[in-house]
Amino acid sequence: MRYDMSLPWWAWAVMGAGLVAFIAMVGVSIRRNSGIKRSLFASPYTLWMIIFTVVPVILIGYYAFTDASGAFTLDNFRNFWDSNYESNKVILDVMGDAGAAYITRGTVNVDTLVYSLWMAFLCTVICLMLGYPAALFMADRNMKLGSSLVVLFIIPMWMNFLLRTIAWMSLLEDSGLINTCLKWLGFEGVQLMYNSQAVLLGMVYNFLPFMVFPIYTVLSKMDHRLSEAAADLGCNSFKTLYKVTLPLSIPGIVSGITMVFMPSVTTFFIPRVLGGGNTMMFGDLIESKFLTEGNWNVGSALSLIMMVLILISLSILRKADPNNDGGGIA
Amino acid sequence: MWENEHLIDLKNISKEYDGVKVLKDINLYIRKKEFVTLLGPSGCGKTTTLRIIGGFETPTSGELLFEGKEISHIPPYKRRVNTVFQKYALFPHLNVHDNIAFGLKLKKMSKKEIDTKVDAMLDLVNLQGYGKRHVDALSGGQQQRVAIARSLVNEPEVLLLDEPLGALDLKLRKEMQLELKNMQQRLGITFLYVTHDQEEALTMSDTIVVMRDGNILQIGDPKRIYDEPANAFVADFIGESNILRGTMLRDELVEFAGGRFPCVDFGFGENAPVDVVIRPEDIMLVGEDVGQLVGTIQSVLFKGVHYEMMIDCGEYTFKVHSTSMQPQGSRVGLNIVPFNMHIMKPMEV
Repeated sequence: MRYDMSLPWWAWAVMGAGLVAFIAMVGVSIRRNSGIKRSLFASPYTLWMIIFTVVPVILIGYYAFTDASGAFTLDNFRNFWDSNYESNKVILDVMGDAGAAYITRGTVNVDTLVYSLWMAFLCTVICLMLGYPAALFMADRNMKLGSSLVVLFIIPMWMNFLLRTIAWMSLLEDSGLINTCLKWLGFEGVQLMYNSQAVLLGMVYNFLPFMVFPIYTVLSKMDHRLSEAAADLGCNSFKTLYKVTLPLSIPGIVSGITMVFMPSVTTFFIPRVLGGGNTMMFGDLIESKFLTEGNWNVGSALSLIMMVLILISLSILRKADPNNDGGGIA
Repeated sequence: MWENEHLIDLKNISKEYDGVKVLKDINLYIRKKEFVTLLGPSGCGKTTTLRIIGGFETPTSGELLFEGKEISHIPPYKRRVNTVFQKYALFPHLNVHDNIAFGLKLKKMSKKEIDTKVDAMLDLVNLQGYGKRHVDALSGGQQQRVAIARSLVNEPEVLLLDEPLGALDLKLRKEMQLELKNMQQRLGITFLYVTHDQEEALTMSDTIVVMRDGNILQIGDPKRIYDEPANAFVADFIGESNILRGTMLRDELVEFAGGRFPCVDFGFGENAPVDVVIRPEDIMLVGEDVGQLVGTIQSVLFKGVHYEMMIDCGEYTFKVHSTSMQPQGSRVGLNIVPFNMHIMKPMEV
């Protein structure tokens, strides 16, 4: 065999722990009063969470508040937004023009963040505008096309997200399908790639299903008699949508917004492929701090800022769907 | 005005789903202030008929007239009828007050006027002070009342009710039956009621329409439907019956279960095959020596007011209701007065 396909030791350990927990759980369910706390059996999963969620977050926190030598500092955050901050000025004195370029980093960071938030907002709004009607069609019992539409939305998700994005390149490139067609028809070619619009297109394309499916789930579970009742009481189809369907699908909308907005803010790779070097989003910035510059401290600070922003937006969204009926993570 | 005060006329209404006929040339009229019940087993087309009148289905063929005007292509929100749905279909995002006010708000009434009307409705259905409650916090019976109030507040010409009491327990159902009938008489609104519960139909209706397989089998007032069922199916569906195959030997003489009996029916011809229907309470138990038929008691069940006995008379086992009990295994005589034998043409199946 060309490749190593054996199971690593930790996979055996994890699966074994899961199996033991499952069997013990079943055993305890049969013998009710065994005196063993049921929460004990959640311990493998608690352990998993501690190792792979809690510890990394603590590490990010540690790196964010220290400098390269490990001493406590707030510079990573000050550098983020204050381009006139002392440590930046020192660099300016020492390095001259090269330092000036570095100083503006602070504003680049802020610009990138604002740009990312704006792009994520646009992407979410467009996905909602496109996705809600699509979900309505899919959930409509009288539409024979509904179920085939569901399949059409699912099929692209079988493909890897990187491949899907690269596929857009062959459509949008100067020598791509669209420009070839335009030229064949006798028109001038157009520059479609390497701008914000192309990035936005790529984001909407990739994240649209995450808007459609939560809304579709809520709509298809909705009692169709409610819209009949609305019609019976005097609503035409537009008023039925506005007064009954829309308010009742809010959990799906909230869930959809969360599922689109969060990955949108942290998007990376799409700007690099479709935006060329001309655009950078916050995800790309964090990636470059870690992988290109090797500066874990600033990278962690940026990650922490992003996490706080996401938590804030989640808590706002949570107010709109307090019971979490949409089944999302908001 | 329109012909004979008919409020709604169904003329040769048919409905097909994917080539399957669920309604076959239905003809029916509903008069003003009448309580009409569509009664039949599930799948008989009663709900489809109601939904056609409500505007949720379009008939494949036929005419639907409302005060003499064709309405089958008018959308539900323009019809002067309101529906109480099977599982209430209350809006879960609105409280009781807003559910009831839903239709009024669409009519652009002033808030004061709406509040007055909603409060009057809450009084009518005995839910004073429930306006602010969430509909999920109500019991089934209370939700039912809200659904009725939500429809009635729009002052419809006709209220359509689709098995509205189906989800309630027996005691509550009986209470609501009386309450609904009461309400209908007080408000003077036409009710079209759909149910598969024959007792409910008998209790409330002015007119019962018995349906099966997309056909109307009989239309009449409750007493007539019970006493003179049009065929064996109606007899079997409304109340309990003994249904026997028999032969009409000549006018006023019928043969069944190995005996010949005088009866009051005529006009079937000589030696014509017929269905004979006898209600269990119409069979009298007498001494073995004086009975028209003689049989052995197979089983005795206590049913509260009466005993239900199965009596084997050789060719047929009769179901008999009687207030006096005979022990199991004893032989008894059975007598049936001519007036209580219902002779009908055999049903084509």
